[in-house]
Amino acid sequence: MISGVGAGFISAFWSNGPVRVALAVGGGAAVVCAVVGLSTVMRRQSFAGHALADISGAGGSAAYLLGINPLLGFIGLAGLAAGVMEMAQVQEARERDLVTGVVLGAGLGLAALLLYLDVTLRSVSNAAISILFGSMFSIAPSIVPTVLTIAVIALAASVLVFRPLLVSSLSVDMARAQGVNVRTASLVHALALALAVALAAITVGAILATALLIGPAAAALQVARKPVSALVLAVAIGLGATWGGIVLAYDSFYWTLGHGWPVSFFIVMLIGGAYVLTSVLAHRDVGALTASPLSGCQER
Amino acid sequence: MSTTVALDRVGVRLGERSVLREVSFALQPAQFCALIGPNGSGKTTLLRAILGFIPLSSGRIDAPTAGIGYVPQKISIDPGLPLRARDIVALGLDGARFGMRLPSKTRAAQVEEMLRAVGAAEFADQRSGALSGGQQQRVLLAHALVRRPKLLLLDEPLANLDVGSTADIVALLRRLARDYGTAVLLSAHDMNPLLPAVDRIVYLANGCAVSGKAEDVVRTEVLSRLYGYHVDVLRVHGRVVVVAGERDETRIALERDPIHTVTVP
Amino acid sequence: MFAPFMLHAWIVATLVAISAGSVGFFVVARRASFAAHALPLGAFPGAAAASLLGVNELWGLAGFAVLGVLAIDQLQRAGRREVASALWLTGALALGMLLLSLSGRYAESVYGLLFGNLLGIDAAELALVGGCSVVMLVLLAVIARPLLLDSLSRELAAAAGARPSALELLFLGVLGIAAAIAVPVVGALLVFSLMVGPGSAARAFTNHPWSALALTVGISLLTIWSAIALAYVSNWPVGFFVGVAGILCYVVGRWRGGAAALAHSL
Repeated sequence: MISGVGAGFISAFWSNGPVRVALAVGGGAAVVCAVVGLSTVMRRQSFAGHALADISGAGGSAAYLLGINPLLGFIGLAGLAAGVMEMAQVQEARERDLVTGVVLGAGLGLAALLLYLDVTLRSVSNAAISILFGSMFSIAPSIVPTVLTIAVIALAASVLVFRPLLVSSLSVDMARAQGVNVRTASLVHALALALAVALAAITVGAILATALLIGPAAAALQVARKPVSALVLAVAIGLGATWGGIVLAYDSFYWTLGHGWPVSFFIVMLIGGAYVLTSVLAHRDVGALTASPLSGCQER
Repeated sequence: MSTTVALDRVGVRLGERSVLREVSFALQPAQFCALIGPNGSGKTTLLRAILGFIPLSSGRIDAPTAGIGYVPQKISIDPGLPLRARDIVALGLDGARFGMRLPSKTRAAQVEEMLRAVGAAEFADQRSGALSGGQQQRVLLAHALVRRPKLLLLDEPLANLDVGSTADIVALLRRLARDYGTAVLLSAHDMNPLLPAVDRIVYLANGCAVSGKAEDVVRTEVLSRLYGYHVDVLRVHGRVVVVAGERDETRIALERDPIHTVTVP
Repeated sequence: MFAPFMLHAWIVATLVAISAGSVGFFVVARRASFAAHALPLGAFPGAAAASLLGVNELWGLAGFAVLGVLAIDQLQRAGRREVASALWLTGALALGMLLLSLSGRYAESVYGLLFGNLLGIDAAELALVGGCSVVMLVLLAVIARPLLLDSLSRELAAAAGARPSALELLFLGVLGIAAAIAVPVVGALLVFSLMVGPGSAARAFTNHPWSALALTVGISLLTIWSAIALAYVSNWPVGFFVGVAGILCYVVGRWRGGAAALAHSL
């Protein structure tokens, strides 16, 4: 149970190939998810983001069946589902919730079938685990450049529409009056979201991707007062949790001898912790805010 | 004097329902105008038509192609958004642009000036969602005005405001219209807080409109012709009240002599 | 298909469809798809914990469903509704994954829990599922009217003397019980599909809330019976058929709703 956080640990950690790949891929995914997640949470699309992540799992399962890289599968299905939801063009919130729900159900049903076929036809018995819960330490080093390229594209797309999306999350009509092309902006955002989700899926797994996408952004939104600080804080939390999770998972090989704890577990828990912390901070702020109008009255 | 916006026999259908039939009026720069009408008379539809959000079924609208400021109805800022009052005003300046921007002194100064002009400087750094209704209304006003539009459209900005805030906002709008030369069209279902301040009113009912000086429009004969049946304009305790009379008495007479738009000079 | 060993499966599936269907009506009315998805999926570590402790899976599921109800309710008060569901969901899943990885029986059990398993329900469990459904239905019947009013408008319910925050908690509680009993059959990932799909179709066929509720239960029964039959024949997972049925329900409802709106406008 004694963790060796010493010089030996550090050098072993850095010289470990899979760890370096995990740090690179995880870092890229964390940054992209934090930025894209911010617009997603502000637009109240958390459920859609989560649905895309789960559905991308079907793509990952298909990739195992076809024998191609899972990343391609994740991107393919997340993109397809994002397209379908965007095309359905549902404005009303109630209907959007339902469309997301049924598309998610269908996607998960497909994932169930494909995973079943993976096991029966291809006898890949651990496919379900690595697709749904991620297997960061077994990412092929060859896909690192691809991952980083996708990360850059998604980041660029998200930054491009950041301001128009901010205005339309205030009021769509106000944005239109100002000349925002709401349709284009939300399409670009959907694309960025699909890419971010695919990256998160390969890092922490399809059904835990939501944590990386929503968690850091939601935590940052609780305490940040201006958009830029929300952005910086979300990226910091995402990166901190991902890299911290990798370090802890590496270290956990020494806790229960020879049997490491899952990386995704640590990442999700660290993100959850960050959210709880910001909640506490935010509620202290609310206390301060409610106190200030009173002092204003006394001044008068 | 040049005209800022002109409507010529505008008709709008929403689905099967004809919401506006023949609406004509015009606004000059710096005019402060109230758009009055009962609930469901099509005030929001008319504003959205001027913005170009909905197609006209007849008539035409000449409006400034770029630069109409707009504050929609019943907008309350989500307290979950990390936006200070200052950020919302800045988004009015360049929120439609793609990409991020670098900080700029001139922009910051423009925003600061606008915040001061609407009296929002003291809460400029608070989270917008945590502000009161009247404060949010000021911030949204600044957002709409910061690009100095020729025309400003406000949809029921006085709803849900207390009496004090209502008077403050009306006075502020009056001043801004003059200072910036902006034509302001503001919809409301209650004209009373506005009557002392506005230059003109447009009274919307029955798919048609009457426009002119308040004292010329808000009269029993004029509004009765507009509604298509007898209404009484009563002045009680310094307030104006429009009361519907017996419907059938006058309708037959009016149907023989249909009027759609009366413009009182 | 109707062999003795399948009998339990049919009975449990029927109970699950009745409870999921009746909750599903309110899930659609309250736009609670995400909570309906998060609760069963968040109950997943319960099964893992139960297998570690060697108790009946259902107790673990129910325990985590209750935890989920409390956590989501608490988080909702603090911030956004969808964020609350998302955070509980991923947190619980990560925990479940850890528990499974520690218990050593990894792949097979994960798959069964997530996507459903036809068999393996004994008489004792059957009684437990039956008891849970009865409790849930009684609770739902008690809160049905104020809940419907609250779904329409929070202010209206409050004005009528109901307490919206208490209603939300009770609704989540009912949802949690329905989720716990449905997870072993339909799978944690697809329970909500059984709730949302039938509800979305039913609302297009009737304007009366209680007949919509009855219709939701009916469609839900039809969904699960055909899913089990098809799964039995094809050997494919039950969840697949439930998920596909969900989207079919929605499309039929949308098409029928569109036709009705058109007829109305003519």
